[in-house]
Amino acid sequence: MTVHQISIFVENKSGTLLKVLELFKEAKIQLIASTISDTVEYGIYRIICSEPMRAFEVLKAAGISSNISEVFAITLDNQPGRAADAVKNISQAGVAISYLYSFLLGGKGILVFRTDDAERTKAVIAETGMASLDDKALLSLI
Amino acid sequence: MYLHKELETLTRAEIEKLQLQRLKTTLGRCMNTPFYRKRFAENNLKVEDIKSLEDLQKIPFTTKQDLRDNYPFGLAAVPMEEVVRLHSSSGTTGTPTVILHTQHDLDEWANAVARCLYMVGLRRGDVFQNSSGYGMFTGGLGFQYGAERLGMLTVPAAAGNTKRQIKFITDFGTTALHAIPSYAGRLHEVMEEMGIDPRRDTKLRTLIIGAEPHSEEQRRRIEEMLGVKAYNSFGMSEMCGPGVAFECTEQNGLHIWEDYYIVEIVDPVTLEPVPEGEVGELVLTTINREAMPLLRYRTRDLTRVLPGDCPCGRHHKRLDRMKGRSDDMMILKGVNIFPIQIETILMQFKELGNEYLITLTNEEANDLMTVEVELKDFCDDYPKLQALTKEITRQLKDEILITPIVRLVPKGTLPQQEGKAVRVKDLRKTLI
Repeated sequence: MTVHQISIFVENKSGTLLKVLELFKEAKIQLIASTISDTVEYGIYRIICSEPMRAFEVLKAAGISSNISEVFAITLDNQPGRAADAVKNISQAGVAISYLYSFLLGGKGILVFRTDDAERTKAVIAETGMASLDDKALLSLI
Repeated sequence: MYLHKELETLTRAEIEKLQLQRLKTTLGRCMNTPFYRKRFAENNLKVEDIKSLEDLQKIPFTTKQDLRDNYPFGLAAVPMEEVVRLHSSSGTTGTPTVILHTQHDLDEWANAVARCLYMVGLRRGDVFQNSSGYGMFTGGLGFQYGAERLGMLTVPAAAGNTKRQIKFITDFGTTALHAIPSYAGRLHEVMEEMGIDPRRDTKLRTLIIGAEPHSEEQRRRIEEMLGVKAYNSFGMSEMCGPGVAFECTEQNGLHIWEDYYIVEIVDPVTLEPVPEGEVGELVLTTINREAMPLLRYRTRDLTRVLPGDCPCGRHHKRLDRMKGRSDDMMILKGVNIFPIQIETILMQFKELGNEYLITLTNEEANDLMTVEVELKDFCDDYPKLQALTKEITRQLKDEILITPIVRLVPKGTLPQQEGKAVRVKDLRKTLI
């Protein structure tokens, strides 16, 4: 139901972003999706990649402080309106989405998100029968 | 409990009597130097005019600039054949300065340091490791001779190479370590990396910290991290080095040895004495030194004399922990601010690490302060980070009365401090 996401604290000036990408390249870890927002003070770079556990170790060895956590990942049919249906299910259960990003992989739309209530979200996904992904399932789509 | 019981337990009256006697001897010595002869002549002052400790205030201050102007031997009060050691400052901010010592001066310096170390419970049989730089920096040889005088096995580990430092601690069974406060944090970090638990794997129980101002919170953190008692040490090369003032086991103020120094606290701007118990610049007169006595030396260190008696039974005045240096004082929008005020606030947040950097800039006529501080652990949560930033900003504003820009940065981003920590960068351009 969840996939592992790596988060890294990046500063605009520091070149951390490039360093991270080069480390992944060297370690042959494939980036699947990533997002970064443009707040003034600090940026959190969030990454879904082919081998999150190894990626975490690679970053740690390079002295880059990062965090590994689980986020929900659901797949949607490649048709208009599917995202609205998914978010509606969650919203109706009274669960708030903290952040969300999406991408296309293997002809499927994928929503990655975190909510303020993980247990409730799991229940909603199970009850509504939304198609979710774990690390292994995600990897098989690459 | 006391290494020099008679001197340490003198009453106030006895201290003052000894001080006056030693001051008179010192003034006689000063007249051997062209510098003080000229100073006295210019001010129509004679040695005989100084009849009481209060009369000391008639004598003009001695400053670091005077030491520079008389570099290298212009303040020698004894023939140079009697001088056996000199220490020199690096001179990074101008002409270097030199401090001279006779054999008597070195002996008394070692005695003072030994007295301090004994006061916090160190004894023969302890293993004392000194992570100060050796050479010209007085924290090296000063502690070496003092610790040896006390009869401890003394390890001149010197500065740097943290892994080797830790190996010495574990291999030699080091029980006491002298380190600057910012380095204590670094030691702990590397111990963690090496899988060493200071409580379980070392005999370290006492830490001597000094040489840079630090807050009570930082001391508690160091004690907690390393499982030690940490005692604050104060010294300066102009007075000899370490051993000028030191905390007793009460950990409440640093006893300044008044058989060595006469203490004054003055307003750094008006140079008038401040009311008792108020913060000002520490001014010291050496009264137990032969080679290079200094009269009313402006230390630039800001502190106050703590009121009341110390339960330890010593009547030597207690200095509050240093509030920074009068040169470190930042003036922002007309407000006087010391880095230690900011540090004290930051250390109260358990989310924050030990490293921080204050940068001052200006845009048009507006001074800006940016405080960058490292997060202890990374947190993947914008709302939490924002709330934390906001709370730090609010508390800083309450303390320093202006609103700084607070930036949380990842651990390891700020320059790692192995020497004296540089906490303030003033990038303000002069506006004309």
